[in-house]
Amino acid sequence: MVELVIYGIVLGSIISLGAIGLTLVYGIIRFANFAHGDFLSAGAYVALFMVTGLLAWIGIPDTTFGSLSFGWRMAIAFPVSMAVVAGVAILLDQILYRRLRAKGSGPVILAMSSLGAAFIIRMIILILWGADSLFYRPGLMRPAIELPLGAKIRPDQVLILFMVVVLVSSLHLFLKRTKMGKAMRATADNKELALVTGIDTERIIMWTWGIGGALAAAAGILYGIDVQLHPYMGWNFLIPLFAATILGTIGNMYGALIGGLTIGVAQQVSTAFLMPTYKLPVAFVIMILILLIRPEGIFGKE
Amino acid sequence: MIILSAKDITVGYTEVDILHEVSIDVQAGEIVSIIGPNGAGKSTLLKTIFGILKPRNGKVTFKDWDITGLKPNMVVRKGISYVPQVDNVFPSMTIHENLEMGAFIRNDDYSQRLREVYDLFPVMAERKKQKVGQLSGGQRQMVAMGRALMLDPQVLLLDEPSAGLAPVLVSGIFEKIKDINATGVAIIIVEQNAREALKMAHHGYVLAMGRNVLDDAGDALLANEEVGRLYLGG
Repeated sequence: MVELVIYGIVLGSIISLGAIGLTLVYGIIRFANFAHGDFLSAGAYVALFMVTGLLAWIGIPDTTFGSLSFGWRMAIAFPVSMAVVAGVAILLDQILYRRLRAKGSGPVILAMSSLGAAFIIRMIILILWGADSLFYRPGLMRPAIELPLGAKIRPDQVLILFMVVVLVSSLHLFLKRTKMGKAMRATADNKELALVTGIDTERIIMWTWGIGGALAAAAGILYGIDVQLHPYMGWNFLIPLFAATILGTIGNMYGALIGGLTIGVAQQVSTAFLMPTYKLPVAFVIMILILLIRPEGIFGKE
Repeated sequence: MIILSAKDITVGYTEVDILHEVSIDVQAGEIVSIIGPNGAGKSTLLKTIFGILKPRNGKVTFKDWDITGLKPNMVVRKGISYVPQVDNVFPSMTIHENLEMGAFIRNDDYSQRLREVYDLFPVMAERKKQKVGQLSGGQRQMVAMGRALMLDPQVLLLDEPSAGLAPVLVSGIFEKIKDINATGVAIIIVEQNAREALKMAHHGYVLAMGRNVLDDAGDALLANEEVGRLYLGG
């Protein structure tokens, strides 16, 4: 049970990264971006391309760091993939969502178009890599670290938690301390006033997509390291992402963090009582329950 | 010296015109009050001056610049600030952060200006770190004005600053507006509270049905019998 909670926290921290991006975008552009899950997949596969292809080709050695399952290749691929998916997210906004916004399209049209974008990303992955599960480094098992109460945690998972803490703290500092971060919060708070104040809200929107895309890529890679890569991995994350976002109050970054951890733990702990295939329905049921009982989420005002 | 003028403004949100050839002039450093019944187009005039609405006809001039149709984020750079009637603060941010956002387009050191604004609103200086969403309506209105003043504007546009405030707070807000004006800022104020607005105005305009009806010195309009009967409630 302790072990399930720990695995839940690892899974939950990954969900949190994705949910934070989703909630930031919603806070500023006010629509449900169904392509967000597939940003996770895109990030994971861009890193895969780098680790097994590009970086191998240019001769970066295939060593590993200590007892982790990856080394320099991943250390390079990780930030590069975040940057690439940030670019994809910004590009998608520029060529698709921005035009729809300019035409005054409502949130439903935007959400439907994001569903289309999600299919496009997924199909590109399917065409390039096929439908099988893939690994960054197949067949490598690393000894787990023994924790009290008989629980075990793998070194990779410790690193995943560490990375999530680093990324979330950086984002927190960015939003609280920097001019651009504060302008992002201001735009989420009151877009019309931000414009009247002289803030270039279109530029803020670009930043928001970039950050959301980068965090999604990080989440996808971390999940790939922890479990495996699959073209539908991002799609399967979509319900947990939305559940976490709604639970933590849509638009609230810290809520998304707590929501993500809650959903992750609930999903993993449920496997003690239910078949593992019910993990996804567990997230779905939680989402439905929040929507019925407290649709404004835990941090929302009545 | 006329610092801002709107000439023959015709504008509407849809095809229907709200304003018909409305003109106003503002001298540097004066308070201009715009009064008139609901639906006269007072707020529409402010929005047009600030570039939120694009006039179908007419011209807005600020100093020597033709600013007709310029977007709000450019107008604000010229030296005009605008305080909307509602949703005029960033509620989840602190008072201090609201003021910082007011100075967003400034790349110089604005700490001097920050001190001046805090001096103008001592209440705000005491609770810099408080979230604006937790403040009362009157305090929010002060934050909204403080934010608009961060750019050291030459003209401040105020859309119904007393709307929705308890009567005891209204006089406090009007006092603050006079204080702001005393620092040399020209102010265009749109008000339902017409009597108070005219009392402090150097010049007043009466709008009705989207047209200029009358304009005169503030006290002259107050003394005008017809204005009293029609627009000041007897």
